[in-house]
Amino acid sequence: MASSTSSPVRLLYDVRVRAILYQVVAVALVVGVGFYLFGTVSRKLADQNIATGFDYLSRPAGFVISQSFIRYESSDTYARALLVGLLNTVWVSIFAVMLSSVLGLIVGIARLSRNPLLSFLALIYVEALRNVPLLLYLFLWYALIVAVFPPVREAWQILPDVFLSNGGLIVPSLQWSSAHSGVLASAVLGIVLAFVVASALRRRRVASGQARPAWPFVMLALLGPPLLAILLLQPDLVVNWPERGRFRITGGVQVTPEFTALLVGLGLSASAGVAEIVRAGILSVGRGQWEAARAVGLHDRQTMRLVVLPQALRVIVPPLTSSYLSTFKNSSLAIAIGYPDLVMVSNTTMNQTGQAIEGIAIFMLVYLGMSITISLFMNWYNARVALVER
Amino acid sequence: MFCKLAALGLAAAAFSVFAAPASAQATLDAVKKRGKVLCGVSPTSAGFSYADDKGVRQGFDSDVCRAVSSAVFGAPDKVEFVPLNTNIRFQGLQSGEVDLLSRQTTMTFSRDTSLGLDFAPIVFYDGQGLMVSTKLGVKSAGELSQAAICLLPGTTTLQNLEDYFKPRNIKYEAVVFEDNNEWRNAFFSGRCDVITSDRSDLASVRAVANDPKQFVILPETISKEPLAPVVRQNDSNWRDIVSWTVNALIAAEEYGVNKGNIDEQLKSKDPEVQRLLGVTGDLGKMLNLDVKWAYNAIKQNGNYGEIFERSLGEKTALGLSRGPNQLWNKGGLIYSPPFR
Repeated sequence: MASSTSSPVRLLYDVRVRAILYQVVAVALVVGVGFYLFGTVSRKLADQNIATGFDYLSRPAGFVISQSFIRYESSDTYARALLVGLLNTVWVSIFAVMLSSVLGLIVGIARLSRNPLLSFLALIYVEALRNVPLLLYLFLWYALIVAVFPPVREAWQILPDVFLSNGGLIVPSLQWSSAHSGVLASAVLGIVLAFVVASALRRRRVASGQARPAWPFVMLALLGPPLLAILLLQPDLVVNWPERGRFRITGGVQVTPEFTALLVGLGLSASAGVAEIVRAGILSVGRGQWEAARAVGLHDRQTMRLVVLPQALRVIVPPLTSSYLSTFKNSSLAIAIGYPDLVMVSNTTMNQTGQAIEGIAIFMLVYLGMSITISLFMNWYNARVALVER
Repeated sequence: MFCKLAALGLAAAAFSVFAAPASAQATLDAVKKRGKVLCGVSPTSAGFSYADDKGVRQGFDSDVCRAVSSAVFGAPDKVEFVPLNTNIRFQGLQSGEVDLLSRQTTMTFSRDTSLGLDFAPIVFYDGQGLMVSTKLGVKSAGELSQAAICLLPGTTTLQNLEDYFKPRNIKYEAVVFEDNNEWRNAFFSGRCDVITSDRSDLASVRAVANDPKQFVILPETISKEPLAPVVRQNDSNWRDIVSWTVNALIAAEEYGVNKGNIDEQLKSKDPEVQRLLGVTGDLGKMLNLDVKWAYNAIKQNGNYGEIFERSLGEKTALGLSRGPNQLWNKGGLIYSPPFR
């Protein structure tokens, strides 16, 4: 089409101009409707004398949350209570994603095994987990934990000072202090440093062609910072021993049955999906790759690890992203079995303040933000994996 | 859960945009035009509002709705019951989805002042209690240090617990369930040492236990839970109708007017009874209702005492004694202002 003419009417027939025009109109419509809804809702709320705004976030929450990774008291604000809920959501999601990845990889490979019993068992595992709603499994795992393990007063002592009951698993813990946090931070620093050093040495080795052993430098980078931190900060080693009380076992650190049931439920359900993704990924790698690997003398396990899985990852990563996303979002089912996640704290907040629109807006934003973060990270990782392609 | 809540929130927002009545004063007109009262009740609460095997709502709260229907329409069945859970009950009322909320709702300062709501008179004086297994040998709430406590979210329950235990320096583990069944099961299976809720609610939990005698409700009442019907703010005519219907049921019990004897009572010499039943005066007109509004409410539903005994009383599964819900002149707190 001739686009040289400047007549506005002719311009309308330009495919590119029209494409842009449609998008502008669509965005304007969405923004316009949004503004209209927002304006009307605020006006109606004001007419009905319903408190609006986010001022309530700075008021004291006045309720306890039984599990928290940051210091939280009932006199802290609603905002902090919501943060506690968010951290609980993130915490259980991270573990569930890790559990589902490991289990999924194993089951996915087992599905392709030449051993008929193994592949059949893997098939049953996948089908049983994929075809029943997650919520029912959560109820099931929770009911099992609560029914199988004895009440806290009759807790099993499985190791010295380690107790197991339907109140959870209780193990001795360190009396945590800022010195411990320092050591932990420097250990993380050490791991990062070790990776940096290792990859720098590898680059040099490739460039120079000289094979000097890298491991002493890597070990130094890995262990140096934490050892230095221990010497400098000298953290005390005070142990919180669990002790039987009248109702509970106090002291130590407790893994609650609610957390366990949610972790197991989310992790197992997602692992069935991951297994199918892994299976599809492995099947996508051409037969010739196996044969070629065998021809150069690799055995099966090496072939899988060095030849097939790296190539399969390209197919695996995109659907894996959506599996991770649903695991994260499904963690909101926690409320059914009493795990204090973001939705539970948010519900309590909405009920106490009556400000439901704000409450729902907050947790929609948080879930949206977290989902986008996971997507971006996985896209970045996918781009890295995809670069392997020639 | 997340999606459901989000959808409800959006629905509530959308309702408040499109469905709220144009003028706040118009509830009675809207109700008459529609031909029925929309009444928000709890989905399943034994004794207060639950659907029986024929699907008919039974219980104390639903009967309050029926009494309002009788007062407005002269018939108790012009009610449409809308089950609302604790999370969305206020939005349901604010948005105009219901005309009246009659569902075990505690009257509190902040709800009254900041939610665009008004409360009718208190119909049930409840309080939060704690129930434990008799095996624990616990005699009072003060002994509950380090106990795990199962509770439901959303009401004032969680804050009351903290308000009661914190000054006494009692630490506890709170396990909060959204689901009623999980909540009860966690307690019965020993996950929690204590279960807490309004005392009337604990009575219904105990009623469904395998062996109710194994459980005891501790003597402490750790909060005041005055339950009252709720209406939207700024519609004083509608609020008067709901309030005085409740008062009429209470006054009827006080003056010995009940379902059976109400027609004889029309001939009563007591001037207050005469005004209440519309024999003299024009109280009905002042509410923009029929002169027989209170007569119908009592005749068709029974007085306060009859409604209480039918749903919650000692002969029911809940087996509650009147306690503070006895009339003021019999040692309780139930009291109606005069009909004059």
